[in-house]
Amino acid sequence: MNAPAPVKISVRNLYKIFGPRPEAALADVRKGMGKTELLENGKHVLGLSDINIDMRAGQITVIMGLSGSGKSTLVRHLNRLIEPTTGQILIDGTDVTGLSPEGLRRLRQDQMTMVFQKFALLPHRTVLENAALALEVKGVPLAERSAEAMKWLERVGLGNFADRHPHRLSGGMQQRVGIARALASNAPILLMDEAFSALDPLIRTDMQNLLLQLQTELHKTIIFISHDLDEALKLADHLVILKDGCVVQQGDPQGIVLHPRDPYIVDFVSDINRARVLRVRSVMTPGLSDDMPPETVDTETTLEALIALSDGDTHRAYTVLNKGQPAGRIDMRDVVRALVPKVG
Amino acid sequence: MAAYTQLFDTLGLRAWCDAGSTGGPMTMAQLLAKAKAQSGGAEEVAFWSRPFPSLDVLNESCNAIWRTRDLTAAVESLFMGMKDGLKLVLDPLTQPLSWALTGTLKGFAFLPWWLTMLLVLLVVQRVTRSRGLTAFVGAAMLGLALIDHFDAAIQTFAIILVCTAISVLLGLPIGILMSKSDRAQKAVLPVLDLLQTLPSFVYLIPLIFLFSVTEPKLYGIAIILYAIVPIIRLTDLGIRLVDPDVTEAADAFGMTRWQKLVKVELPLALPNIMAGLNQTIMMSLAMVVIASLVSAPGLGVLVLRGINNLELGVGLVAGLGIVLLAIILDRVTKTALSRMNAGDQP
Repeated sequence: MNAPAPVKISVRNLYKIFGPRPEAALADVRKGMGKTELLENGKHVLGLSDINIDMRAGQITVIMGLSGSGKSTLVRHLNRLIEPTTGQILIDGTDVTGLSPEGLRRLRQDQMTMVFQKFALLPHRTVLENAALALEVKGVPLAERSAEAMKWLERVGLGNFADRHPHRLSGGMQQRVGIARALASNAPILLMDEAFSALDPLIRTDMQNLLLQLQTELHKTIIFISHDLDEALKLADHLVILKDGCVVQQGDPQGIVLHPRDPYIVDFVSDINRARVLRVRSVMTPGLSDDMPPETVDTETTLEALIALSDGDTHRAYTVLNKGQPAGRIDMRDVVRALVPKVG
Repeated sequence: MAAYTQLFDTLGLRAWCDAGSTGGPMTMAQLLAKAKAQSGGAEEVAFWSRPFPSLDVLNESCNAIWRTRDLTAAVESLFMGMKDGLKLVLDPLTQPLSWALTGTLKGFAFLPWWLTMLLVLLVVQRVTRSRGLTAFVGAAMLGLALIDHFDAAIQTFAIILVCTAISVLLGLPIGILMSKSDRAQKAVLPVLDLLQTLPSFVYLIPLIFLFSVTEPKLYGIAIILYAIVPIIRLTDLGIRLVDPDVTEAADAFGMTRWQKLVKVELPLALPNIMAGLNQTIMMSLAMVVIASLVSAPGLGVLVLRGINNLELGVGLVAGLGIVLLAIILDRVTKTALSRMNAGDQP
């Protein structure tokens, strides 16, 4: 987390307006017309307004918002399943909006892959054939693509189900197939559109852990769409909060929880389990002094774990270690204070 | 005095009326009116009981106006005028249909009866995997053979086979085109409505003028026009009903339009397409009976004989034979279809 990773996807001044004459409506939006006003004036729906996001390589960028906030629209712009009204989407510096149909197909086959909320598996094919789909589209020979797909099915724990048909599997297993299918394409960018939203809470936690575990090895650039703040905070390296098609706040998720910039986000943040989300690094006092406490704790420890460690004793203090090196100290009183959302 | 003579007189059109006399033979109604006039003398028609000013009525007052039969004659001569041009284009285009029909009919006639039965049973067993149904088909064929209706039934079956195959060959691409383009759908739908609502006899009339009655393509075209509608409609519907989430996934994985059609849309639309095929087969069977009016061989000929000669028994037995054929075709295609649907769920 020290040197920032290079930017993989850069969204610049992206606007999307749905309706019969988006260009005319765009001028109104630039003059400052709001979403409801636009809808009343000319039956145009403001999908996205002036989006600027940098998504870094090897990180999980979570785009969060309530339904209707434009998050699914935004992710579909990245592989141009939806055409933008105006703006740029740069992937490794190349503007996606200028690609030819052939170039766009290349991009979708080689550069990015996608996991869907409703799984979108092919019902007439076996699990293995589904997992091999991306490779099949690329024209990889049968034996080779089956072996590759099988490898990923085993990786997500479905090695024994390769010959089944998808609707014989539970929702969680179907989405594992969806993930195996996406990973088998070997694309560096993984788009996940509410990938776990249709699953039961317990299975969802499982899948989140699976994703994090895969990510520690694969280092994909993951764009994850979610309407669930707990999920967003658990997964995100970079959190983007959307409301009515605008970015309300983006940045380090810890920072957003501690310093919400908007009443909308304050509302959101007030409901979460802060102890589980916040980590020592966000609350600690950086810098070294002469009287460092003897007990140590890692920067990435959650406050919940720290409270358990301290046995609830608020008089204790710890030296914080960043990758084994002392980096600062943390007092349990600061921990308790951080657990209460700031009022006002 | 005719009902509207005064009208033309007051409008000052009398000279035009008399100048443009259409002449021609009198209609029956005119003859009767003339006889009545001679016997009792013309009465002045009361204002409220005047007839509707139709072409025929107006013609009585003004000869320059066309009678309705002039109109139908004009339609006929227009068609006759186009006939040679149409024939020049349609004849070579439809010739393969004639060949296919004669070839298939001859092929089935050439096979010995036991070989035909064996082949049919093999195919039925293969597509349905149902011993009961195969046994039923075997019994039905033996029964038909016993009452000397087997050859006719096989002829009917051969015609249906060829016409259904061509309907699928033509209907599938049309249905795919309609599902891809709203404009194509808007253009084709009225034609399909027309084909479906036109009384089936009406198909035959212009065809009789275009082709010789002895040519098999005459009834072939009539059957295909009538039976192609459901396969087109259900192909269009089936592809439009494919889950948009799945087609979006196909796009997201970078499929070409052709890959999407072959790997995603057609397989997912298959149950609907097969239901269309079933309907197409049943409608060809309905039409093949009517087509016996224009020399289509098979069970329909026997039904026709029953009607023409009032041979009640012949007509009824042949009719029951057709019902049996319909049941077989329907059961076999439906069982094959449900087996295919079940194939998704091993």
